[in-house]
Amino acid sequence: MNVLVYLVPVALMLGLTGLVAFLWSLKSGQYDDLDGAAVRILPDDDIAPRDISSR
Amino acid sequence: MAETIDLSLFVEPGDAGASHMTLAVEGVACAGCIRKIENGLTKLPGVIDARLNFTQRRLAVDWRNDEIDAARIIEAIEGIGYHAHPFAPERADADESAQAKWLLKCLAVAGFAAMNVMLLSVSVWAGNVSDMTQETRDLFHWLSALIALPAAAYAGQPFFQSAFRALRVRRVNMDVPISIGVTLALGLSVYETAIHATHAYFDSAIMLLFFLLVGRYLDLAMRRKTRLFAGNLASIKAEFAHRLDASGELTQIPVAALYPGDRVLVRAGERVPADGSIINGASEIDESLVTGETLYRAVRAGATIYAGSINVSGALTVRVTAVGAGTLVEEVERLLDKATQARSQTVQLADRVARLYAPVVHTTAALTAAGWLIAGAGIHDSIVIAIAVLIITCPCAIALAIPAVQVVAAGALFRSGVILNGGGAIERLAEADTIVFDKTGTLTLPEPRVDQSADIDPVVLEKAARLALSSRHPLAAALARLARERSPYPGAVEEPGQGVRAVIDGKEARLGSANFCGVPAVGHSPNGSDASFITFAHDGAAITIPIRQTLRPDAVPVTKALRARGLYLIVLSGDRPAAVAPVAQQLGIENWQGGLTPAEKIAKIEDLKSQGRRVLMVGDGLNDAPALAAAHVSISPITAAHLTQAHADALFLGDQLKPVLQAVAISRRAQRLMKENLALAAIYNLFAVPLAIAGLATPLIAAVAMSGSSLLVTLNALRARLRPEVSV
Repeated sequence: MNVLVYLVPVALMLGLTGLVAFLWSLKSGQYDDLDGAAVRILPDDDIAPRDISSR
Repeated sequence: MAETIDLSLFVEPGDAGASHMTLAVEGVACAGCIRKIENGLTKLPGVIDARLNFTQRRLAVDWRNDEIDAARIIEAIEGIGYHAHPFAPERADADESAQAKWLLKCLAVAGFAAMNVMLLSVSVWAGNVSDMTQETRDLFHWLSALIALPAAAYAGQPFFQSAFRALRVRRVNMDVPISIGVTLALGLSVYETAIHATHAYFDSAIMLLFFLLVGRYLDLAMRRKTRLFAGNLASIKAEFAHRLDASGELTQIPVAALYPGDRVLVRAGERVPADGSIINGASEIDESLVTGETLYRAVRAGATIYAGSINVSGALTVRVTAVGAGTLVEEVERLLDKATQARSQTVQLADRVARLYAPVVHTTAALTAAGWLIAGAGIHDSIVIAIAVLIITCPCAIALAIPAVQVVAAGALFRSGVILNGGGAIERLAEADTIVFDKTGTLTLPEPRVDQSADIDPVVLEKAARLALSSRHPLAAALARLARERSPYPGAVEEPGQGVRAVIDGKEARLGSANFCGVPAVGHSPNGSDASFITFAHDGAAITIPIRQTLRPDAVPVTKALRARGLYLIVLSGDRPAAVAPVAQQLGIENWQGGLTPAEKIAKIEDLKSQGRRVLMVGDGLNDAPALAAAHVSISPITAAHLTQAHADALFLGDQLKPVLQAVAISRRAQRLMKENLALAAIYNLFAVPLAIAGLATPLIAAVAMSGSSLLVTLNALRARLRPEVSV
């Protein structure tokens, strides 16, 4: 069962990473405007026109 | 005279000469709107940042004071094609969003811990039936403790704090058994681990916290959503007053910034912004929102007028008096105080369950321990079994059973145009068996409409309607609604207090009083109808257009459907009996009364209550506010007076009466689902508790039973989303 020595810390670290990522996203305001994020991806005006036409 | 606008109430000073303002924006519907508004504003010189929150329909703008000001920004948004209304942020708002964030953090920590502890627990359960050594099991238990203890200390705070607050005032709430259960479970598990026992309950304790936090968060999220929407509506509806300075200069200021003693100018067609006495001018005012009376009242200098009335004809200068100085308002306030105190504190379902729950659970656990001791088990075994009982009965499903349904039902109500002031209103709405309607503005539309039954040539009517666009008179506004061509005639001139005239097709046209149009006055028709008349003269011919309070378009079928659902309908109005009778007759409501004062309305409602009826009051006038507060539950249309809205449990939007029917239908369905959910939770306990008392509840069984029952009640709650067939 020596495999536990590194598997358990790895599992815990993965879990903690998820938790920290969530807390960070909460703090940076990513859940403040859930519906807005869904519609904001639609406009293309952040892309130069030639990029669009070349597709 | 150019009028300046004073928006200082809404602007928050930032650093280095910058300012910040939040605006509620109307009409934002798509991605294009966001881009148009944000790009349009950031292009302006001086605007630092503009960010539209699409979920909240609120726009946050930052700008430098020396280059642009708040009024210009609002103008710019109008120019882009949207209406923006400055929004005064409320303290309660900020508190609630901070609390929501905190709950979400607790939820995240509990979720993380629950997943990782469960990972270890499943390994132990699998190991217990295969070849796990005792050392490995102990290691896993200690690791679980390492995760669970700090996580519970953090994520359990909402429950521990609430339980502590309740205990300090010698009360017991649902959080007391939760806190005791979680603490004992963790303590026992640490002890069991220390003595190398097979079972530890870390996973149960943490999972319990996780499910309970989900319920808590849902509850708060629902309240925040309705408050958010109500806040936007309040700022959209917020009115501006024209304040006259000592020098005679006019400033447009938000009504909230008016003080007693200020002089305000109220032009024809405008709403009176505050209670006050007239110091100059004479006019007729429409007090239908205040008293329910549909006939105009003639006022002149010295008369007292109330906020919410509409100035019909002449311009008035009004001195604002302290709130409550007017006789009517004073009476309403006094009655409100009494009604609010008298409102029997209806005990909500969840509280009733909680009150029953804690003693039962703790007695059962104590009896179990005693029983096992008598049966000859050791002290250690007896205590372990008793704690297992506490854990397994912990109110996971019960704590989810009610908020989950409330959230889903509030969402369904929201989609049908009903905004709740609180989750508790759903239960009380479901219990209502009698509906008391106000007439003016509730059964009828808030503004008068052209009587469509009158036989008028549509071509002439269109001309009259288009001419009406140029007038601010309320009767003209009703007529203007019909105009298909929305641009006013060029060169139309309004003669204050008389009417408008313009040249149409080369001939002069006049719209206004009969006198103004040069024909004999019609006056009020003899059959006692409540119509007012407006005259239109063009090309030598004059017609008289009747305008009256009309019923909401679906009032007849909705009242019929309400009766079909076993509700007893009553109309109590402050308007003249002669005006109430035709409405009641048209709706087939036999029990009606007119000419009631606010005190009489309350008396009627108290009377109904003493007969054992649960009254749903639907009303909009200032005179209805005490009755709304006295009733078991109350609904107001969104056009209601401010004070009245504040005392209603729910608001409904739009011209239709249907939301009232839907509110009743959805609430009744939600109530049924809440009871079903509680029954499901009870059935779960019926199976799980005997197992626990018998000492057979292993952590595995506890985990399966807890998550199973929680999932079941949540899924059942989702059924409140399915729209009940409300046919009108």
